[in-house]
Amino acid sequence: MNKEIKMGKANLEVFSETLQQIAETNKELLVVTSDSRGSGKLVPFAQRFPRQLVEVGIAEQNLVGISAGLASTGKQVFAVSPACFLTARSLEQIKNDVAYSDNPVTLVGISAGVSYGALGSTHHSLHDYAALRAIHNMVVCAPADNVETREAVQQAAASDHPVYIRFGKRPMPILREDVPFTFGKGRVLREGKDMAILATGETVHPAMDAAAMLQESEGLEAMVVSMHTVKPLDTTLLTELGKKGMPILTVEEHSVNGGLGEACAAFLLQGRHHNAFHIMGIPDEYTVTGSQQYIFDHYGIHGAGIATAALELLNAAEKA
Amino acid sequence: MESLEKKSIEYRKRILKYIYKAKAGHTGGSLSCVDILNVLYNRVMHVGPSNFDSPDRDRYVQSKGHCVEALFVVLADQGFFPEAELENLCQGGSHFIGHPTRKVPGVEQNTGALGHGLSLSVGMAIAGKLDAKDYKVFTLMGDGELAEGSNWEAALTAAHYKLDNLCAIIDYNQLQISAPTREVCNTDPVADKFKSFGWEVIEVDGHDVDVLEETFRSLPLTAGKPSLVIAHTIKGKGISYMENVLKWHHGVPSEQEYEQAQKELDDALLAL
Ligand SMILES: Cc1ncc(C[n+]2csc(CCOP(=O)(O)OP(=O)(O)O)c2C)c(N)n1
Ligand SMILES: [Mg+2]
Repeated sequence: MNKEIKMGKANLEVFSETLQQIAETNKELLVVTSDSRGSGKLVPFAQRFPRQLVEVGIAEQNLVGISAGLASTGKQVFAVSPACFLTARSLEQIKNDVAYSDNPVTLVGISAGVSYGALGSTHHSLHDYAALRAIHNMVVCAPADNVETREAVQQAAASDHPVYIRFGKRPMPILREDVPFTFGKGRVLREGKDMAILATGETVHPAMDAAAMLQESEGLEAMVVSMHTVKPLDTTLLTELGKKGMPILTVEEHSVNGGLGEACAAFLLQGRHHNAFHIMGIPDEYTVTGSQQYIFDHYGIHGAGIATAALELLNAAEKA
Repeated sequence: MESLEKKSIEYRKRILKYIYKAKAGHTGGSLSCVDILNVLYNRVMHVGPSNFDSPDRDRYVQSKGHCVEALFVVLADQGFFPEAELENLCQGGSHFIGHPTRKVPGVEQNTGALGHGLSLSVGMAIAGKLDAKDYKVFTLMGDGELAEGSNWEAALTAAHYKLDNLCAIIDYNQLQISAPTREVCNTDPVADKFKSFGWEVIEVDGHDVDVLEETFRSLPLTAGKPSLVIAHTIKGKGISYMENVLKWHHGVPSEQEYEQAQKELDDALLAL
């Protein structure tokens, strides 16, 4: 499937390289870690720029509070920790010290979603979009591939406001290099008139697979959008889809509660758009454990599973 | 009865066996804490498959949940489940995952995010006092884990409520993931900190099963105070090339390394 798509690195790797590039010229850039430099692939950064890395120990609340304090003095701060701990344990520091006080910290949630697979629910972050969406003054971004990751890190480094970026640790394919990236603006990776698949983060790739399958086996043209920014939503794009009445399938590596899907659905409904709509994600149940792929497979988050959900949605839309 | 020393070596063999099979696990920290678990489950705590649903059972909360392999091996040996279940460690759909979960018989609480065990244990100990029960509560923490602020909140509360039914154990191996604890965020002097919080503290050799047994049997160290046992341990204990080597925090042995490790443990068994 999609043989033209070439394999890239892990987004984590690109994140680390991009930070090093920025640090070469920007001495105000600081990376703050909580015994997480290895998991964040930041050992090379620490070796090259020892004065630009602040280690706080296994203390994520402290990590975020300190990052906010550093940022208040004009430093450009990246706080890096597994997404699960960063967005649960430190939530109050994120809400008050980063967002409310408007300190320009970039919170980087590594090994996000179910990347930690068999380590279990303590290590999964399936709540982070929901929690951070409900906090004012926070960009919430899940880059799909290396291109989006590089851009997101660079744009966050140049931002004067809080940003949250999350990604996993598996190598990701390069999806498209020719579509520009800006926070808050969905990237149309594939045009299509029959329906739209809005996916975010590491589910964009299987969404592309699904679109290719739908074309091949059903002759259907599914549009695929990388909705890398879960907040602020690309409401212009959603309004267009709403006006066209296109069936919409959303896909995310997050609980079906409170994530990309619900955000899109709420916006559409309140704009009086009643598109056929379905949310794919991790259901509200005791999450199975296994590798990230095992969990994706279990919940049908792969090309064939997304294609099946798309067909069901189209059938339901026709009947209605 | 099988000697505790022998059991410890056999546990180490199994920990390595299942980590090797799963190609995942927290090797160093499981090897550093297994003697503590051995003594607690085989000599000290009144808990087993027959009384696990009793409100009077002793409780063990593994706050350093990542070292789940040591816990699973010991629980299997206690008869909570057949050891063969561990063949599925970390496999898709298995409940035997990389951290303690109550889907596994014998696990008291789900852990894995560091800095939760002490508060959970304080809750259990307060309940024990409220209900005038005799059970004891044990929790095992890492030395790196002590950087989590929640531990110090719980330490305050434990002393405030005079929880002498509570025993916290620190697996003081002086290493964490990225570097020695002293370099990451120094938590020393641990004993003085806890003493000033109102705890009774003892420092012991965390691999000397006799000393551990004697210590745990003498609890509470002082009536009216929570007890802290600082167990001086070696991360990767028992395998020459793993001892005190950072990468074995979650390193998985190669085939050759695995065979050497098993051989070293077999030799240790013979030398008993
Ligand atoms: C809240 C939280 N932050 C980070 C981690 C990731 N982590 C797992 S083990 C570990 C190091 C633990 O070091 P230590 O407490 O000394 O344990 P030990 O040496 O016994 O393995 C870290 C940072 C975690 N599990 N939970
Ligand atoms: Mg340690």
